[in-house]
Amino acid sequence: MSWFLRKKQNIGDNIPREMPDGLFTQCPSCKTVIYKKQFEENLFTCHSCNHHFRITWEEYVDILFDQGTFVHTDTEVRSADPLNFVDTKAYTLRLNEAYQKSDFPDALTVGYGDIVGRHVSFACMNFGFIGGSMGSVVGEKFYRAGKRALTDKCPLIVISASGGARMQESALSLMQMAKTSAILGELADNGLPYISILTDPTTGGVSASFAMLGDVNIAEPKALIGFAGPRVIEQFIRKKLPEGFQRSESVLQHGFLDKVVHRKNLRQTIHTILQHLS
Amino acid sequence: MATNYTLEFEKPILELEKKISEMRELSKNIDLGEQINELESKVELLRAEIYKNLTRWQRVQVARHPDRPYTLDYCANTFTDFVELHGDRAFGDDPAIVAGFAKLKDKSVAVIGHQKGRDTKSNIYRNFGMPNPEGYRKALRVLRLAEKFNKPVICLLDTPGAYPGIEAEDRGQAQAIAENLLVMSKLTVPIIIVVIGEGASGGALGIGIGDRILMLENAWYSVIAPESCSSILWRSWDFKEQAAESLRLTAPDLSSMGIVDHIVTEPVGGAHRSPQIMFESLSNLLYSEINKLSTLSLDELIAARRKKFYAMGVWNE
Repeated sequence: MSWFLRKKQNIGDNIPREMPDGLFTQCPSCKTVIYKKQFEENLFTCHSCNHHFRITWEEYVDILFDQGTFVHTDTEVRSADPLNFVDTKAYTLRLNEAYQKSDFPDALTVGYGDIVGRHVSFACMNFGFIGGSMGSVVGEKFYRAGKRALTDKCPLIVISASGGARMQESALSLMQMAKTSAILGELADNGLPYISILTDPTTGGVSASFAMLGDVNIAEPKALIGFAGPRVIEQFIRKKLPEGFQRSESVLQHGFLDKVVHRKNLRQTIHTILQHLS
Repeated sequence: MATNYTLEFEKPILELEKKISEMRELSKNIDLGEQINELESKVELLRAEIYKNLTRWQRVQVARHPDRPYTLDYCANTFTDFVELHGDRAFGDDPAIVAGFAKLKDKSVAVIGHQKGRDTKSNIYRNFGMPNPEGYRKALRVLRLAEKFNKPVICLLDTPGAYPGIEAEDRGQAQAIAENLLVMSKLTVPIIIVVIGEGASGGALGIGIGDRILMLENAWYSVIAPESCSSILWRSWDFKEQAAESLRLTAPDLSSMGIVDHIVTEPVGGAHRSPQIMFESLSNLLYSEINKLSTLSLDELIAARRKKFYAMGVWNE
């Protein structure tokens, strides 16, 4: 949930734009040195071990959408502090810090555009904003993206990356799981396709609601996908977790994903699936 | 059912009660009837006073009281003719969720609820009320049966959370909960949710979407348990009281957030003190709620349910 507080980073916040502007970078997974040009050509993945770095919604828009077609909407929906939540810090302070740290409007960006000539409604989570946690804003913007799909009679494409529900909005955050799932029920009633793309990490209230509800569920390689986070499980059962547990490839094997797709093939895969579904 | 389990803040009551029983002993020789009556009414006043001013953390403790009525107690007392159904038809049967059909006065209804155990042995059997995916899938099966046979559904929420284990993850805990949320949001029969004890996060919500959300006076419902919240945000287990305050997890809190429709009054001292009163008042309440919902057309019912959840949330724009 609040990965942002962790001192020990088992889930890093390594978005490429925060990387040094040098000519090369090192893969955190296999330690291979990657040249920047090659890195960008590979859409911020490691050519050697396939490690997918976390990227921003802008980069996903560049990768998926026909050039110049994407329109970013609902940019002014901002988190309130309805419960006056205070832990070691006030929620409002955390929000301000998150705004300062990034350009993200909140943990979800929504809009619409064309993918290989097909109009789609789109939502993409921002893990860099309070761990991609889902509060009222994420729920409301997701709902609006769903409504757009209903109005425009078009598919909905969602990219998830989240530690789960946002604690600072308590039960209101929890209810966003219901809100997002309910709008997906309307899409289903209207025969509109919903493709869910799960990226590293997708856990908690987000995996237990809209992320797992795709007509087709696609994940990027080696993404952490699960309900309870690995640290919680390890503490709870006091056992070491098996290698590869809760990673895309294992989740695929257990039958909860349709495909694990390299970022380079994401656009084409979505296009092919939508050809069949719409 | 009684375990004589005393909560810390009930100690003053316990002391008075001890005094009363000592006087009873004495009154075999001398008449102390008047004094005993006086002390007894003092106990009642004290209990009412204490329970009127419970902190949020104290309410969490009442919600977890080992004598508190659980789903099966309601099945046996609020309802009649309960028939329990087992299994998800895919993997197994999860004792942490019970489901079946029962009579609420003259109406057949589906009942689904989390189930805790009362002692070590039954708690291990019930996995402390923490469901596995097959529990949510059993619930889903009974939800679909209710839809098929046009019976209203009553869901009783009382769980410390969905089970965080390796097998639960491998069998798709997240998917099992998610599927229920979607299906319940458009199920074509009335659904009434009652938070009877602990409403911990997605594990509770997994059987928690409905037309009416009722919450017992001393139940709690939140995105996370106060202890876990303390451990994450304060990086220590010691701030559970503050976490409970910050999380605003009581029935009045959820009512003011627009999530809970009705707070169900408990007998003074908690549902476990006079369970029979609790069982009956819930029966009457559920019956009248079902009657109200039955006047809606199918389209109105689903539209209103969706609207209810779409309205949840607070943001600036």
